[in-house]
Amino acid sequence: MGRGRARGRELTRQDFLLLSAGAGLALAGCGGSQSDLEKAGTGGKSYNGPKVSLSFWNGFTGGDGPYMQKLVDQFNSEEKNIDVSMNTVEWETYYQKVPSAVQSGKGPDLGIMHIDQLPTNAARGVVLALDDVAKALNLKESDFVPIVWQAGLYNGKRYGIPLDIHPLGLYYNKTTMEQGGLDPDDPPQTNDEYMAALEQLKSKGIEGSWISPFLFSGGLTFQALIYQFGGQLYNADATKATFNSQAGVDSLNWMVDLVTEGYSPKNVAQDAEYTAFTNGDNAFMWNGIWNINPLDDVKDLEWGAAPLPQIGSEKGAWAGSHNFVIMNKRGQDPNKVAAAKVFINWVSQHSEEWAKAGQVPARNSVRESQAFESLKWQPVFAEEISYVNFTPPVPGIADVYTGSLDPAINEVVLLKKEPKAALDEAASKANQLLKENQEKYQAA
Amino acid sequence: MATQGIEQPRVRRPRRKPADAGPLTAYLFMAPYLVLFTIFITVPVVFGVWISLHNWDPLLPVKPFVGLQNYVDLISPGSTTFGPFWNSMEATGKFTLYSVPLLVIIPLLLALILNRGFRGRNFFRATFFAPYVLGVAVVGILWRFLLDPNIGLVNYYLGVLGLPDKTPWITALPWAWVSLVGVTVWWTLGFNTVIYLAGLQDIDPALYDAAKVDGANGWQRFVNVTLPGLRPVLLFVITVTILASANMFGQSYVITQGAPGEETTTAIWYIAEQGLRFFKMGPAAAMSYVLALALAVVSLTNFALFRYRGD
Repeated sequence: MGRGRARGRELTRQDFLLLSAGAGLALAGCGGSQSDLEKAGTGGKSYNGPKVSLSFWNGFTGGDGPYMQKLVDQFNSEEKNIDVSMNTVEWETYYQKVPSAVQSGKGPDLGIMHIDQLPTNAARGVVLALDDVAKALNLKESDFVPIVWQAGLYNGKRYGIPLDIHPLGLYYNKTTMEQGGLDPDDPPQTNDEYMAALEQLKSKGIEGSWISPFLFSGGLTFQALIYQFGGQLYNADATKATFNSQAGVDSLNWMVDLVTEGYSPKNVAQDAEYTAFTNGDNAFMWNGIWNINPLDDVKDLEWGAAPLPQIGSEKGAWAGSHNFVIMNKRGQDPNKVAAAKVFINWVSQHSEEWAKAGQVPARNSVRESQAFESLKWQPVFAEEISYVNFTPPVPGIADVYTGSLDPAINEVVLLKKEPKAALDEAASKANQLLKENQEKYQAA
Repeated sequence: MATQGIEQPRVRRPRRKPADAGPLTAYLFMAPYLVLFTIFITVPVVFGVWISLHNWDPLLPVKPFVGLQNYVDLISPGSTTFGPFWNSMEATGKFTLYSVPLLVIIPLLLALILNRGFRGRNFFRATFFAPYVLGVAVVGILWRFLLDPNIGLVNYYLGVLGLPDKTPWITALPWAWVSLVGVTVWWTLGFNTVIYLAGLQDIDPALYDAAKVDGANGWQRFVNVTLPGLRPVLLFVITVTILASANMFGQSYVITQGAPGEETTTAIWYIAEQGLRFFKMGPAAAMSYVLALALAVVSLTNFALFRYRGD
């Protein structure tokens, strides 16, 4: 036994040296080719190379997947030399898998990433800079919603071509509003109107605005409210958490009051606010634009959507954004990168089809088109994009929330902690995590 | 590879040596397993120690060596990992403490019943085992909907029966533990039951006959024949159940989402999240070793107790 173990250790040391040498070589290989890959092709104008097939990964596992597939099919039939095949993985798995897949050279050629994941993946060398795409296609800030265009930059380079913006909006159940004695075509748009409506519903025994203690949708509601109360989650360079400001406390107090005043039940479990909305138990739901198609599929549900009511002193809304990225794949064929740029450009121009999946196109020309304006609910959400906010574009920012604010909001909405104390505690945790991230990515 | 560095392996000499059995025979027979063991266990275990001494992100070119800092952080209140890690260890500990006794005793009782001869015995055996074949995602989502405090069927039917119907099964303590342990018992008791059944069928019926002749009643036969007969099986069941409970992750991930706050976030969950989602593999590796050490201590204690009581 003793001998066997000693031998194992010896072998392991050798293996380890081999492993680390291999890893070093791999990294060296990556570094050399990244800038060449970034320059490949004509920046997405056209593709004249040999026939290539591209692997395109995303997390469109819901009703949005088929719409993207349709675009891919149309592209494939129009572009003879490029064959795109789409692979859908759950977002959470996607962000875990893509980096290692790309590093091993087996992953996708291109994909979609959320705006708050871009800096992390840029810093970790998972995605290529796409400045030449923007330049060649003459894409400018003025072609897009400014905030989403700026958020695609990291260290002065562009890593994402924005596809869409998906803001939070107010969904209302018309049947429930009618039962509560409200006008089903006049959703509340101010704090006074909202509270009056909730009071009216309460008088008919309806808890009108279920507050979820989880990120979807309670955490997103908080992130919309803090902007409305004039606050931000973090300071501009994301070195400090600012969500424990007065704006943050006011936001969370407002949410808790709905629970304690009986406008929301206590102990709302994950997705219960959504199920209750479709059942007619919940009248108002703050939720993302991506729910348009799923709600349309619910039989006999009479619903509408409006911009979020203005609760605080200004207008504000949470939003996310999907961005195209090209992977920094090990041993990548420059032709594939060139072809991927053509695909991205093509989909970006055809994003009105994507809007039908329940999204607001990031490109102004598409958003202002007749085709988009004629959609039923999407333009309602588009009204909000002048005042949506994103988190600052620093690597690791998406992780900070999970370890700090997320559990704090959870405990406060479940009435286990006071808003101010919980937010202060979360902010000091967040500050530590922000500092760790800063050190980690600066060292790299 | 397998022969490297062995001069005189000390193999106990067999009574009759097979014609061509050289000193390496035993090692050659073990070689296929040893190769796999080395690649998939030894190398990762040692490599993991190395990772735990760094701030290791596999994709970043610089992986700073930090010595024992990741371990020191785990015992320094105020570090980013101290609070959440020990909180998750506590959650894992609680879950193990609550679920193991139930998962050891209930399947034993079931096995005793199912070991008797009665009509439909095979049907019941299959029924109790059935949930075990389901995946954790299926079990989790199913029970999340059933146990939803406001719109779940469990509270609804409790209300119909005139019982309290506002119990926060999955959003408050202690109910969240009641639910997680209950669901896990329902889901996995079939496995232990099958092991017990096999053990019961291995006990020599002559022992029961002898006990009866000596005038032992049912309880005495259980204590003096069944339990001693099941000793190796019990040791196996307890060890495996402790380890399985200590690895709990999926149930709380799907059913409670770790809520309230991070109260039901288990150690494996927190480690996986830090290492695989946030790519903080250094601290995650350090935590894995602390968890592994804790489990080794528990398992050794378990073995020691059973050995002591016996021979």
